[in-house]
Amino acid sequence: MSDAQNQLEIDREKGNFRYDVDYEFDAGTGLNEKTIDYICDVKGEPDWIREFRKDALKKFLEKPMPTHWASKDLDNIIFDNIRYYLSQGQKPKRSWDEVPEDVKKTFERLGIPEQERKFLAGVEAQFDSEAAYSNIKEAVGKQGVIFVGSTEGLKEHPEIFRKWFGKVIPTGDNKFSALNGATFSGGSFIYVPPGVKVSHPLQAYFRINAENFGQFERTLIIADEGAEVTYMEGCTAPKFDTATLHSAVVELVALKGAKIQYITVQNWSNNVFNLVTKRGLAMEDAEVKWIDCNIGSRLTMKYPGVVMKGRGARGEVISIALAGDGQHQDTGAKMIHAADDTTSNIVSKSISVGTGRATYRGLVNVPRHLKGCKNNTECDALLINTNSRTDTYPAITVRGTGNACQHEASVSQVSEEQIFYMQQRGLTEAQAMSLSVNGFINDLVREFPMEYSVELKRLIDLEMEGSVG
Amino acid sequence: MKHLKIDNLHVSIGDREILRGLSLDLPTGQVHAIMGPNGSGKSTLAKVIAGHPDYTVTSGDVLFDGESILEMEPDERARKGIFLAFQYPSEIPGVTIANFLRAALQARLPEGDELEATEYYAKLYEKMDLLEMPRNFTSRSVNEGFSGGEKKRCEILQMAMLQPTFALLDETDSGLDIDALKIVSHGVNSLRGPDTGMLVITHYQRLLNYIVPDIVHVMVNGRIVESGTKELALKLEAEGYDWAIEPEAEPVGA
Ligand SMILES: Nc1ncnc2c1ncn2[C@@H]1O[C@H](COP(=O)(O)OP(=O)(O)O)[C@@H](O)[C@H]1O
Ligand SMILES: [Mg+2]
Repeated sequence: MSDAQNQLEIDREKGNFRYDVDYEFDAGTGLNEKTIDYICDVKGEPDWIREFRKDALKKFLEKPMPTHWASKDLDNIIFDNIRYYLSQGQKPKRSWDEVPEDVKKTFERLGIPEQERKFLAGVEAQFDSEAAYSNIKEAVGKQGVIFVGSTEGLKEHPEIFRKWFGKVIPTGDNKFSALNGATFSGGSFIYVPPGVKVSHPLQAYFRINAENFGQFERTLIIADEGAEVTYMEGCTAPKFDTATLHSAVVELVALKGAKIQYITVQNWSNNVFNLVTKRGLAMEDAEVKWIDCNIGSRLTMKYPGVVMKGRGARGEVISIALAGDGQHQDTGAKMIHAADDTTSNIVSKSISVGTGRATYRGLVNVPRHLKGCKNNTECDALLINTNSRTDTYPAITVRGTGNACQHEASVSQVSEEQIFYMQQRGLTEAQAMSLSVNGFINDLVREFPMEYSVELKRLIDLEMEGSVG
Repeated sequence: MKHLKIDNLHVSIGDREILRGLSLDLPTGQVHAIMGPNGSGKSTLAKVIAGHPDYTVTSGDVLFDGESILEMEPDERARKGIFLAFQYPSEIPGVTIANFLRAALQARLPEGDELEATEYYAKLYEKMDLLEMPRNFTSRSVNEGFSGGEKKRCEILQMAMLQPTFALLDETDSGLDIDALKIVSHGVNSLRGPDTGMLVITHYQRLLNYIVPDIVHVMVNGRIVESGTKELALKLEAEGYDWAIEPEAEPVGA
């Protein structure tokens, strides 16, 4: 902590700090066709992308805010006040030494270079609109694995990129996927060749540094036949008084027999609207698994989905949402069965603390003509004091006689007696709450890579400390 | 020698006064028993000493070696050396005994110190052997699905691990069959010593055959009405509490 004096706006939370940065490229505030032309020009994009973006902008403007079913808080996003593109340049560095000092300091403080050395196959570190650093271990690159940013992906690997881009999640899927289509920048493009199993995770870290900013990364991961890959993303932002917007689109494609595991540990500050669309396509005998942990943000709306398109495909969503004071975690899962013998599993655990609110929205669809499909849905909620609120909207449609579905839901509470019991053994109130929360999600955390479960536990500790004040 | 001193303690819950001027002096090296009929306020006393938030101390004091602990949070009191074996222990789903005790011990270390895992497990297994608990017990969630007897044993295991200065055992004998009672008593007795004071709450004399107290207090209606040697427990056994129950004051003007 030797550089603690130079830090601006430092706080106890790991991500809540900010260094001043000069942006060379700034699209200004507000969103219109000119904004899009600016982004296309600085990124030097081909025409088909410019058209794609403009079409997306139209859809974004046409679509109403989904406040008829979602939180009215969405109306507090003022799109005209947001900056849609900010960067210091478009080309990520391949070595940390080349990353500008102010940006590098940020990622060092978040521990990214260290994690890369210890256990990752590749890292992309995005700072506002563009990746500042992106690198893949030589051995992994030699296997033919492509791991680059979205811009590089579309320019240098158009034959693969174009085939799948926007195919899993069409631009008009929802208002925010359209917004992303118009303004996307950054995110990862990954291609794993047939039969290649990437033994260590690839990681992306998304950092928002600027105020009144929107981050719109776009990720496309393709695992070719029999390939396997694990991708992990982390994210933080400093806390501002104004609203920050994060609206990503993530598309996964697992071809025959491939496996993709996508892990998120989201720790946005409490002024971030986190409105993300994530969906995977699983072909024959393929598997897509989302492990989604949402700790931070003001409002998160995120329902990772899997479309099981090939026979024997599997989809899984494991989700942990922690809604601290003043937060709303509106999360869930979508499982679309589109072939026989497909299996899906949803395990969702939410924790609401103080005035925090957790909502589970699920969608499971098995059409009548399919056979041998199975879904298991489990939603558990933990309430840590009487103000907390939790709602569950499971929406399970399983038709046809040869299909099975199982649904369980529970709500439990950490009582004053339990807290007292733990305090009587010497734990502070915050430690007692953390321990209960960790106990509640224990069975899910076991699925995580070690490094991430440690990180998750640490974030929960911080959140609980914050909530007892 | 340290003292846990209860000084003319008055405690209410809502409008109702439950402890009505209770005094007691427990030094380390001694075991005191409190006996009394149901509802006399025994558990209330134990919980107030431990800092339970439901109760209001309206007057009097609780002193740990001369220092009032009434303003301290429950966890601060616990780390100071006060341990309560609960009459009704809470369940903590998903938290294993091993992790729970580890966290409790870790909370007692100075910041930055890490509990040494091998030493910890050696000690845990030693204490479990003493209480004749199977090893796989450590991976069960705290009190979840435990039988009454298992819960009580688990309380004593925690006490053995945390080595308190003052231990309050609230009806540790209830729900135990005679074999379990012997094992638990053996565990408790092994923790007796010059640096530990114990307050054993019970309403049966039976326990005191195994954990032999230095002093027996009789508690009725929120007060200690008689104190004496262990023979007092036998008298209670023979005669019940009736002799000790003072008639309620007649309402004025009735
Ligand atoms: N949390 C509480 N809320 C309301 N009344 C209580 C509470 N705790 C204890 N009491 C009342 O205080 C009296 C003493 O209870 P307690 O201390 O449990 O007695 P004992 O342990 O001697 O049986 C009883 O009448 C009981 O109903
Ligand atoms: Mg009692």
